[in-house]
Amino acid sequence: MDDYVIEMLHITKTFPGIRANDDVTLQLKRGEIHALLGENGAGKSTLMSVLFGLYQPDSGEIRKDGKTVHIKDPNDANALHIGMVHQHFKLVDVFSVLDNIILGAETTKYGLLKKDEARRKVMELSQRYGLMVDPDALVEDISVGMQQRVEILKMLYRDNDILILDEPTAVLTPQEIDELMEIMRGFAREGKSILFITHKLNEIMAVSDRCSVLRKGKYIGTVETKDTTKEELSRMMVGRDVSFTVDKAPCKPGDTVLSVQGLTVPSKLHSNNAVKGVSFDVHAGEIVCLAGIEGNGQSDLVLALTGLEKASAGKIEFCGKDITHSPIRKRALAGMSHIPEDRHKHGLVLDYSLENNMSLQRYFEPEFESLGFIKQKKVHSYAEKLISEYDVRSAEGPYTIARAMSGGNQQKAIVGRELDRRTKLLVAVQPTRGLDVGAIESIHKEIIAARDAGTAVLLMSLELEEVMSLSDRILVMYEGEIVGEFDPQKVTVQELGLYMAGAARQDISAASDAAARGGIANA
Amino acid sequence: MIALALKFTLLYGMVLMLVALGGMFSERSGIINIALEGIMVIGALIGVIITRELQGYAGFVQVSVSVLCAGLAGLAYAFLLAFASINLKADQTIGGTALNILATAIAMVIAKRVNSVGGKLSDSARLKYSYDAFVYKIFGVTVNVFLFIGIALLIISYIVLYKTKLGLRLRACGEHPQAANSVGVNVLGMRYTGVLISGFLGGIGGFAYILPSIDTWDFKNGIAGMGFLALAVMIFGQWHPIKIFLAAMFFSIFKSLANIADSVSFLAKLRWPKEIYNMMPFIASIVVLTLTSGKSRAPKAEGIPYEKGQR
Repeated sequence: MDDYVIEMLHITKTFPGIRANDDVTLQLKRGEIHALLGENGAGKSTLMSVLFGLYQPDSGEIRKDGKTVHIKDPNDANALHIGMVHQHFKLVDVFSVLDNIILGAETTKYGLLKKDEARRKVMELSQRYGLMVDPDALVEDISVGMQQRVEILKMLYRDNDILILDEPTAVLTPQEIDELMEIMRGFAREGKSILFITHKLNEIMAVSDRCSVLRKGKYIGTVETKDTTKEELSRMMVGRDVSFTVDKAPCKPGDTVLSVQGLTVPSKLHSNNAVKGVSFDVHAGEIVCLAGIEGNGQSDLVLALTGLEKASAGKIEFCGKDITHSPIRKRALAGMSHIPEDRHKHGLVLDYSLENNMSLQRYFEPEFESLGFIKQKKVHSYAEKLISEYDVRSAEGPYTIARAMSGGNQQKAIVGRELDRRTKLLVAVQPTRGLDVGAIESIHKEIIAARDAGTAVLLMSLELEEVMSLSDRILVMYEGEIVGEFDPQKVTVQELGLYMAGAARQDISAASDAAARGGIANA
Repeated sequence: MIALALKFTLLYGMVLMLVALGGMFSERSGIINIALEGIMVIGALIGVIITRELQGYAGFVQVSVSVLCAGLAGLAYAFLLAFASINLKADQTIGGTALNILATAIAMVIAKRVNSVGGKLSDSARLKYSYDAFVYKIFGVTVNVFLFIGIALLIISYIVLYKTKLGLRLRACGEHPQAANSVGVNVLGMRYTGVLISGFLGGIGGFAYILPSIDTWDFKNGIAGMGFLALAVMIFGQWHPIKIFLAAMFFSIFKSLANIADSVSFLAKLRWPKEIYNMMPFIASIVVLTLTSGKSRAPKAEGIPYEKGQR
């Protein structure tokens, strides 16, 4: 018999309007790294929340070391040495790292907190597993990567040996992902068992021993990673073949839609400018990609283009008109669409229904409003149309509150809203961040369809794979300047990496001229 | 003159501080407590009634029993806020406002009942009492027992909030209840604790306000806006015990101006009407909060009912 530490047998969990888990079985062996794969909304997080005691299953059984257990709350899970790092970290911003780690598992003497011992234990764990943290720093001041290390230390501090990681790599840089995988392998070698939720196939292939797949709440199967391929996994996950390459016709650039000249944007973080006199054009029917390592001014550039931030110098021309100082509404009405980087902050009103979110850009048009009153029926039918066209899945259709939707479907709702207008320019910032392959594929298709219909697309992405497969032209930004312009057909990822890291740069004026003549400059 | 100024500043300072500390515990746990005014009224009423009943007993008994009862009365009244906002997930501001209105009404009925002779409800809600057991003279300065109670509770509040398990968990519930729940903290329990502590401190604060300075109080006036002033003190004090102490002292200087204006020669010369001085602390609170509230940092999750499944 196999040595299973955790068995979740025939778990069913229903929420109003949605069956999140339908007879799901998951068995975790001692000392293995077990990936749990599924699309957004497939029920992975629900299943893990059941195991962690945040939800009670409607039916089914959980066994620890072969014995049936009842996990009613996180305390029970903790007592069984089950720990979890949630997708959205559960850290108190204004507490120190140490306070966050001990919260809920405090040691006291005469009723007072005894932090010295806790600090010693945390530092020892931190050194043993290479999880570097500053115990006295406030969580709000540390990087996302360090926050994740704090979350992992929280589990280790509680002596957990069953570790649940919910999409741990979504927020990390490639280097941090490598480090995390090394740490996970270390845990497995010590006999800890890891459940690792993800929809990134490369990571599963790289680090996991076995992989279980969920699709639309149902259990599809478990495979040994060494006996499987990415293609098979994605077929299990999506239920059909998924293409990893993007099919697109050659680019036929038209008129200049967006022309940026000497744009300078001040930084919110320091006294230097975040964007330093950047110039470039985007033409109708082409996808121009802004590549670069996070924090090199791409986000600030986009905020200035869309009107969320003010430019301090330079000029933005949109379809021949100067819009440098235009309000956001005016830019949107002129045909600029924006898929924002932070969908919660700039993309959706989280506590509004889906239908109200979908009409946010248009509710004031005569079609949706008369005499100052919103035509709710029109808004409703419009939302239904977008929901079916863009395959937005939710519990209660147009009435679903945006907050209750999964990230991928929130994103599809935004994409639908932004593309279903007379769009001349689409500014898309990390449009597929945190999404599964199925959703990525459909969003990529929408972007290319928009391009083929003559929309100019400015794409900002941190994922080099996406940059290479989608774009017709690549602009690399480094420290607020454009340091290179490339044809994705004629450049390698390694070469781009050099420019992104600031190790190489082109003479930009020459490059721009070359681009203007329709040719591509090489370094 | 200095002794007089000091007396009133300390008196009002302790009151504001006690009530603001109460508000702090509630808000740090995530519940906006705008009902402090009402809690003070109830605490004051019960404290006064118990004091009247205990006339003739030893001073120590009078003080300890009546203060404890005032606190417990405030706690019981705060329970209503806790139940409405934690279990029923009612809007905390509206619930608190309702409790404020209700408190004065309750106090008037009970006070009239206490005053009534022979089964007929009295017309007056004015209660008379003796404060002898509560007031001492030390080095020529009249101080009352609440100075010592206040300082003790300030120290205890600081230790509880920052040095104990309870404090750490309570603060986590006001900032990020989902995080607290994920490590097994009982969020609803912590919020009850916060609100009930605020009721206890608020009740004592209400009693401390009316008792030591005068020997009669008309409950028709509620508690004269001190609860709202305490809210301003709490915000100015940034939900932090020591800063709340300093903020309370700052406001109480303005509050005590009204009491000392007649006896301070240069103020008396101005011949300002008493109403101007009575307005002073409120004007000060408007000015101070306008200038500082932009930077103020309230507990992040306060006012939001806790829902388990929220993303």
